[in-house]
Amino acid sequence: MSLPSKDMMAAIAATRFGLGARPGEIEAARGDPRGFLEDQVRREGADIPKDDGESAPVRYAAFADLRQERRAARQEARMVAGDDMKPIPLVDAPGANAKSEAQRDVQRYIRQKTTGDFLARAQLAADTEAGFRERWALFFANHFTVSQTKQAASIVIGPFEREAIRPHAFGRFEDMLLAASTHAAMLTYLDQAQSVGPGSPAARYQTRKGRRTGLNENLAREILELHTVGVDAGYSQADVTEFARALTGFSIGRAQDPDIGAFVFRANTHEPGARSILGKAYAQGGEDQGLSVLKALAADPRTARHVCGKIAGHFVADDPSPALVKRLETRWIETGGQLGEVAKALIAAPEAWDPTPAKIKTPYEFVISTWRAVGGRPASFERLNPILTSLGQKPFYPPSPKGWPDEAGAWASPDGLVKRMQWTQGFAAAVADTHDPDALARSALGARLSEPTARAVARAETRREAFALLVMSPEFQRR
Amino acid sequence: MTDRSPSPSRRSFLAAAASLGVAVSFVGRQAHAADGAKKLVVVVCRGGMDGLSVAPPIGDAGYAALRGAIAIKPEEALKLDDTFALHPSLTSVHALAKQGQARIAPAIATPDRARSHFEAQDVLETGEAKVYGADSGWLNRTLEVMGPGKTEALSVGTTAPLILRGKVQAASWSPGKGLDEAARLPTLLQDLYKGDPLLGPAFARGLETEAMAQAAMTALAPAPAPAAEGGMMMASTPTMSASRMNQPAMNQPGGRPADNRQGREAARKLGSTMAGFMRQADGPQIAALSLDGFDTHAGQVGQIATRLTYLDAVLDGLHEGLGPEWKNTVVVAVTEFGRTARANGTGGTDHGTGSTALVMGGALKRGGIIGDWPTLSETALFENRDLAPTLDMRGLFKGVLIDHLGVDRAAVEKKVFVDSAGAKAVTGLV
Repeated sequence: MSLPSKDMMAAIAATRFGLGARPGEIEAARGDPRGFLEDQVRREGADIPKDDGESAPVRYAAFADLRQERRAARQEARMVAGDDMKPIPLVDAPGANAKSEAQRDVQRYIRQKTTGDFLARAQLAADTEAGFRERWALFFANHFTVSQTKQAASIVIGPFEREAIRPHAFGRFEDMLLAASTHAAMLTYLDQAQSVGPGSPAARYQTRKGRRTGLNENLAREILELHTVGVDAGYSQADVTEFARALTGFSIGRAQDPDIGAFVFRANTHEPGARSILGKAYAQGGEDQGLSVLKALAADPRTARHVCGKIAGHFVADDPSPALVKRLETRWIETGGQLGEVAKALIAAPEAWDPTPAKIKTPYEFVISTWRAVGGRPASFERLNPILTSLGQKPFYPPSPKGWPDEAGAWASPDGLVKRMQWTQGFAAAVADTHDPDALARSALGARLSEPTARAVARAETRREAFALLVMSPEFQRR
Repeated sequence: MTDRSPSPSRRSFLAAAASLGVAVSFVGRQAHAADGAKKLVVVVCRGGMDGLSVAPPIGDAGYAALRGAIAIKPEEALKLDDTFALHPSLTSVHALAKQGQARIAPAIATPDRARSHFEAQDVLETGEAKVYGADSGWLNRTLEVMGPGKTEALSVGTTAPLILRGKVQAASWSPGKGLDEAARLPTLLQDLYKGDPLLGPAFARGLETEAMAQAAMTALAPAPAPAAEGGMMMASTPTMSASRMNQPAMNQPGGRPADNRQGREAARKLGSTMAGFMRQADGPQIAALSLDGFDTHAGQVGQIATRLTYLDAVLDGLHEGLGPEWKNTVVVAVTEFGRTARANGTGGTDHGTGSTALVMGGALKRGGIIGDWPTLSETALFENRDLAPTLDMRGLFKGVLIDHLGVDRAAVEKKVFVDSAGAKAVTGLV
């Protein structure tokens, strides 16, 4: 497979591997397009967004305080009303009465943290000169999805990406898997924190008290199906249940604990006994038992195939060539899952440089790349939220543990395209008047700018129309 | 922008509905969709809906013990017969059942046994015997085999569900700003998209649909929603509604449907607006709708009460909105799999196999349960864990297509549900 021209490769480096070209970016990549990308791969991992930097434990501690205040306020209200005998619900009933001040504080806290995290991440994406590095991190954040659909997880999605994903973006997959599977956000999102081994001391105690406790297999299943070996790996229900038993004890420090919001292993909820998962035996143990399973899953060749197939599908084509997947998989196996080496294998693969752009940008990629085209950045969350929500990619709200879809069919919907156009018109009205459209078209798309689009931009009646045509052109919508 | 777009209030209720995790899709045939035509609505309840809560078998000797604290209490359940009842949130469905216009298939499943949401939804929506069997949905293939005629497919929501993806071009629509007809941009873009096999047809359809939706929404405006907002704020409405409605639904241990009045009202309006679309002269004959949030691993009691309240409200809205057309309609509500027969340790249930389907409509014949009841005795459970399925979901779908919509039997077997010889079409439903 022959490679396209240096000019074309520079344009592909910025738009397909990266997040869209900022002014001058394609020019900077022109001398050595592959080197331009390889230089973005670095041992210390992906960049860290400039949010408030609070860790998951700090967030959970503050949140617990606010909820405590809310409970106290409610208790007081009940005493006044004379019905203090009623139990206090754990979570507010929706729309129950007018919201108290303390209740509003809780809501405000959640909104403030999630919008701050999301904005910082989007600003990093808009500003960075290492677009490929950020795309690589975003891929893995989506691979290990945590979503605001679970309210209790929402304030730690930002910390999750900072603590579990970004540091390991170019390290070993095993380290990322372990970090993700032991992070408060994941343990909350997939219900692991409450799972109790039916034969554990805690379960026996609860049973004596007449309470039912037991396994929750949500996290175990999704690790197998989505994070590691993949749904077609041939595991059985027994494997899922055994894995769920091995993971019992993986939990989070609670409000009354000193280590609130941090990973804790609760030995008294761990299911005793040896386990057998995917044909491998694991001796009786504590925390090490679950960790051993995770390590074995990280090293499983089926994990290499599954994740490499997704990487190729994300960066190159919905239906990537088997040769490309094989290259990535081979490098993964050779290096024991060194993600930096897999990233370099992707850069080296000729299949990744096919001049025909097979992928449609997701709403996030589309919006960020539009800001990058003009060298700008979103100034507030409200600049992002309406458009991303209406295009079906509401900030930090992927619909399921599978994460955001990655295929053209999901995003190139008739409704989505009309909405992209409407948003582009508004964006153009704000920025286009101060830009030379022809120069912008060249700096945003380089050699990927097609003759029909260049002509349409040149012939536009206004700068706004020219800008909208550029951003809505097939080559800008694709990558 | 010209001021042709419908008032924000009309749009905002749909935006609110979208925030409930409801997405609507329409597939219709223009030639057939006037009043009097047979109509089909498929509701996909995503996340693995717990059939044993939808239609609790309170008369089954095993039920109370298996479910413990999350069992539906006999005194609260809405009784159907000696064995079955409906969840207390399903009041409208129960009222229909009393008139013989709602029945349950209490032990139904797709052919998939992997207990994966994504595989099972894929199998449910493609109608295939196994995962990745096809990349088109069975509703779309139904339109294909229903013969020539201008076909119309519309999905309300920004992404098209698999069940209606396929050769028949599906449009999509969701509440937005409306088109500025004076702008040259759409025409210029259509020109640029000429050579693009994906963007070209999709964009053209998007423009058409926006125009049609504007007309439909203007003609069929429901009562304005109370919290109307305009301009740029419109698009952010779903976010705010979602934080009001979705989050408590996910977390609240003992959800009380009365607290979800706002959500219920939005869902009911969604149903009646859908019905309005279907009653239009060139409206859709087939519609699909999906409702999220049924993955009840923890805190199931409150979560499922909320989701079933919304489901009941959508169905109630449909029933009411279809008016005289209800007699020509069948509605089927299904899920990708049921949940474990036993409660898990966290007040919920894990992924299982057999579940309940609801079959409703004025076209329905009175009758008992659809399919057999395997019971919940220890030995009857599938893999000693799940309700054992006795009915292949494709058999139910096939029966509805053949007997209700009048689709040619051979075409259903050969083109819509291939490899489904083992799943005999359920007869005598209508």
